[in-house]
Amino acid sequence: MSQIEEVNYEQYKHLVSERAFTGETMLLNMGPQHPSTHGVLRLLLELDGETVVNCIPDIGFLHTGIEKNMEAKTYAKAEVMTDRLDYMNTVGNNLAYCMAVEKLVDLDVPPRAQAIRVILTEIQRIISHLVWIGTFGLDLNASSMFMYAFREREMLLDILELCSGQRMMTTFIRPGGIWRDVPVEFETAVRDFIKIFPKRIDEYEALLTKNPILLDRLVGIGKLDVATALQHGVTGPSLRASGLNWDLRKARPYMGYEQYDFNVPVRTEGDTYARYIVHVEELRESLKIVEQALNKLPMGPVRSDNRKFMTPPRSEIGVSMEALIHHFKLWTEGFPAPKGSVYSAVESPRGELGLYLEGDGGPKPYRVHLRTPSFDNLSVLSKIVKGTLVADLVAILASIDIVLGDIDR
Amino acid sequence: MDNILEPIVKSFQEKFNATYEEFRGEVHIFVTAEQIIEALTLLRDKHEFELLSALTAVDYWPQQSPRFHVIYQLSSIAKNVTVQLRVPVNGDQPRVPTATRVYEVANWRERELLDMFGIEFEGHPDPRRILMPEDTEGHPLRKDFPLGYEEPQFTFNFEEIDLRKPYAKE
Repeated sequence: MSQIEEVNYEQYKHLVSERAFTGETMLLNMGPQHPSTHGVLRLLLELDGETVVNCIPDIGFLHTGIEKNMEAKTYAKAEVMTDRLDYMNTVGNNLAYCMAVEKLVDLDVPPRAQAIRVILTEIQRIISHLVWIGTFGLDLNASSMFMYAFREREMLLDILELCSGQRMMTTFIRPGGIWRDVPVEFETAVRDFIKIFPKRIDEYEALLTKNPILLDRLVGIGKLDVATALQHGVTGPSLRASGLNWDLRKARPYMGYEQYDFNVPVRTEGDTYARYIVHVEELRESLKIVEQALNKLPMGPVRSDNRKFMTPPRSEIGVSMEALIHHFKLWTEGFPAPKGSVYSAVESPRGELGLYLEGDGGPKPYRVHLRTPSFDNLSVLSKIVKGTLVADLVAILASIDIVLGDIDR
Repeated sequence: MDNILEPIVKSFQEKFNATYEEFRGEVHIFVTAEQIIEALTLLRDKHEFELLSALTAVDYWPQQSPRFHVIYQLSSIAKNVTVQLRVPVNGDQPRVPTATRVYEVANWRERELLDMFGIEFEGHPDPRRILMPEDTEGHPLRKDFPLGYEEPQFTFNFEEIDLRKPYAKE
């Protein structure tokens, strides 16, 4: 027979109010199997009736030791772990990792590869925001939103599949470029999407933006001011909804983002509704970037020519001894990276995705640390939900856009 | 070096007797554990580094002194620069004062370091493990912690391995 073990509340003594121990307030678990926690997140709530007095997030249920695992793999092989990190932003994670490796070993990326990287990461951002907007609607009982968002997401996943053969875990971006050039159908597939998508965003907005029930549930709920956000390391749409214009794509342009003309949507209210608006606006801006990058897409190679890090093309292996040696060495041993450490950050759909990468002169990373945006964004939750209702907690949790794979690593 | 960072590094050299190194255009300033809170407060209040982007550590085992480096990656939104502070910590009883009162984001990040590296943060308001279960032994990201594989069970040694296999409690 299995026994139900009493949870030891002694360890939470310093986190809940004294009233919890007199029985005046109630301690209640929300999760780890609760549908609106978006994965496996446990929230220990101290409730006074329906009002949240304290909220203690408990994470780690999805911890898979990605950082430790990456230390045991070569630079090329470690990349597949980054896909599994934040499964809503797989291409963006690859980009963050590859940029860190390129910075560490000082590797160049050809312009065509950069443009394709931008197109794919922006497509991934749209995918991520579509999932966000769909589940956000689902949490607030606007279930039809989910169907609409996933319809468009499917088109984009098809584009990723067209390029890489995989819908989600693409590993298409590689250190020094991309895996291979995009197929000829790529351009028409993306253009088809660009044609229909603005109307679809209007559809979403018609469903949600002025919906009186939604407005009732979102406006003025879960206010987050800039000072608190910065103290808690909140970045991304949540920070921009609070009124600070901080986007790494604009502030420290990488991959040629400076050539594209786009706006950074900023709202000043800092409530759940502002976060919703910022996400919807970012859909339009990302689409603008995709269109511009596709129009400007230069011709040329998609992989760096540096043979110390990049395997030679198949055609050279038959005729060149050096090519054969490089091919063999790179696939068996991997390339060595110099001793030293770099920190490189990109703007993921959730905020600043940073990678601390340290090399020790060997072919494996000595230490990889992933500064994942969801981790810090979630840490602010217990601050902003105090005094709200349980139903509002669901809306706030949905609006700060967390992915548990990103938090637990 | 960036001309915004140069005066900052200079003032750190004078005030804390700090050393620095540069790699790929990034500046790493070394300070001691006693100075870190003052250094972070100075960076936040005087030099407008509002955001503690990352807080992590590296284990240089088997080297013992210093065994760890605690790394503070700071970003300034106003000036658009980043700087890294590194605190070398010895292997026996690694201790660093908590930065929670300077940057609240350090709360969870320090819990992660306590969990993963066993580095204690003095004065931390909530020193519990964050990712691993409470009854975990050891600190997974230390270099002397094995990566961990499951022992394959065959018919001849099934029972024997089953006895010492960790299962979830019934």
